[in-house]
Amino acid sequence: MLLDKVLKTLTELYGPPGEEEAVREKIAELIGKRADSAYTDQLGNLFVLFKGNAPKIMVSAHMDEIGVIVTNIDEKGFLRFAPLGGLAPYTLIGQRLKFRSGLKGLVYHEKIKDLKELNWTRLYIDIGLKSKPEAEKTVSIGDLACLDQPFVDLPGGRYLAKAMDNRAGCAVLVETINSLKGPLPQEVCFVFTIQEELGLRGAKTAAFGYEPDYGLAVDVTLVGDTPKSATMAVSLGMGPAIKVKDSSVVTHPLVRRFMVDRADNLKIAYQLEVLERGGTDAGAIHLSRAGVPSGALSIPCRYVHTPSEMVDSADLQNAVSLLCGILSAPWPAVMGRQL
Amino acid sequence: MKIKETLAELSNLRAVSGAETEVSSYLLDRLEAGRFQLRVDSIGNLLVRKGSKKGKRVMLSAHMDEVGLMIMDFEKSGLLRFRAIGGIDNRVLVAKRLRVGFHDLPGIIGSKPIHLQKKGEQDKPFNDNALYIDCGFKNREEASNYLKVGEYATFDVKCAAISKNALRGKAFDDRAGCLVLLYLLLEKNGLSFDAAFTVQEEVGTRGAQIAAYTMEPDRALVVETTAAADTPETEQELSSTILGQGPAISLMDSTIMVDRQLRTELAMAAEKAGISYQYRRFTGAGTDGGAIAYSRSGVKTAVLSVPCRYLHSPHSVLYESDLKSTVDLVRSWLEEQQ
Repeated sequence: MLLDKVLKTLTELYGPPGEEEAVREKIAELIGKRADSAYTDQLGNLFVLFKGNAPKIMVSAHMDEIGVIVTNIDEKGFLRFAPLGGLAPYTLIGQRLKFRSGLKGLVYHEKIKDLKELNWTRLYIDIGLKSKPEAEKTVSIGDLACLDQPFVDLPGGRYLAKAMDNRAGCAVLVETINSLKGPLPQEVCFVFTIQEELGLRGAKTAAFGYEPDYGLAVDVTLVGDTPKSATMAVSLGMGPAIKVKDSSVVTHPLVRRFMVDRADNLKIAYQLEVLERGGTDAGAIHLSRAGVPSGALSIPCRYVHTPSEMVDSADLQNAVSLLCGILSAPWPAVMGRQL
Repeated sequence: MKIKETLAELSNLRAVSGAETEVSSYLLDRLEAGRFQLRVDSIGNLLVRKGSKKGKRVMLSAHMDEVGLMIMDFEKSGLLRFRAIGGIDNRVLVAKRLRVGFHDLPGIIGSKPIHLQKKGEQDKPFNDNALYIDCGFKNREEASNYLKVGEYATFDVKCAAISKNALRGKAFDDRAGCLVLLYLLLEKNGLSFDAAFTVQEEVGTRGAQIAAYTMEPDRALVVETTAAADTPETEQELSSTILGQGPAISLMDSTIMVDRQLRTELAMAAEKAGISYQYRRFTGAGTDGGAIAYSRSGVKTAVLSVPCRYLHSPHSVLYESDLKSTVDLVRSWLEEQQ
């Protein structure tokens, strides 16, 4: 399958934090039997293992997307809800949601004088049913929902979809798995993680379980190239970004140098990313057990955590090429030395 | 076991985060008679193994610590400066009676009286520096003869019944959970499970991290109290839980996305046994759940709470009937796990 088809398929799936099954099953199907083994852990992380010699590299991309959870059903059949992940209340006004069952609903707000009064308790979901008993037949307290938006192939090689964060990363991993040729110089485990949006939770348990020597997260990052946006030296279409730091991790200098050298050698355009606020799986991986030198490869993305997130097809292709290049080169032996 | 009396005893003990030995000693005393494997770990968690079943194990957990105050400094006047340990609303502190320090001294929380307040001062709650502990010391020297910086103060409240079903007391969060675990450990039920009585939940679920790492459970259930806002100023959809409707099954909180399979099992166990239950219709605030769920390679974890009004104040209120239903539901669920 071509990268854009993979991306369309993955972004349109349902996968809020804690309910990543559909994404996990589709990814398992897309990678077929290319790996030495594929397995899931207790909480639902998917491990795709290419066995090899030391060192062991863990490459992670999270499967979950922002969403909401139903907290109350009122007498007239309206649902109240709370957010899952970092999203602003106003981004959901007038948006359609979909539940795991396929049920759809619309978010709207109580009468308010000023948008400043808007908060989560003023919003509700209308599923078109007239009473509590009717609603309770189709939805329960605790049910999750995600945004309902189709994938759009825009002119100029750009794509628009919900859940680009982080199905774009998942698609890059799937494409990398399907493009890697021959035996790798070291062991690589691709891990599709859960519940990143709630605090890097899946990556924490996955790193404990796999015990990698190096960690690499693939995730989207913010850009500074839209009208009057916050200053950030990352732009859409200028290549994948090698993370320098975010709020969760400072990329280990050796890992950063290794990635930059590979990009230079392969003549792949890249950017350096300094993200002032936000975190990624690398934040959890690098603090696992006795410490794991880690970094991240980021896909520039506009409008992150809104119903329509935008990425550039060339950035995705280059991310795949760079990741293949990074994993096909021999990594240095595990660090740590006698003093 | 007499539920009301035991809850009263537990609730009256003094155990602010970091100093939980009064509770762990009490529990050890009661557990010694039974033949349990007991262990107090390096941070102070009390870990108990009941039953001889080998292989995969279920862990129940409840935290022993309560919110309280720590003495930070002595004023020249003999008044004491303090900081809250755990989340306490300054507005509930004003004019409360305290038991202060290692020697259990009587004290009160003092503040500027209404006569001396300037216009507008009453519109805002007192900030940390406008509240102090008064033990009647005449100066710094006298205070330092009785107390050291770092000692704790707790609310001076004795647990009491306020109606046939309702109890009032200071540390139901989470002595109610401790009671549920103790009850299930001591009764003759033939169940095999581990129980972790944890420390330092109120300052960041710290004991539970260590307990979960040590015990390596296969599955876990945290037994807690949770806020019931079934009070006149709150719309029904914001009430979170309601007193008298039975134990509350959590969907998520700030630390955990509750395992869907486990929470469904709890609901089914309740329905099968005819126990009324409710969902906790709120997603914020934290519990030991996250520390356990994301321990090691991950642990399927759920959180079940006794609904409780006025948490983190000197007087919480809960229903004995909810407490009993919680014991019954946890027992029913455990029976399915054997």
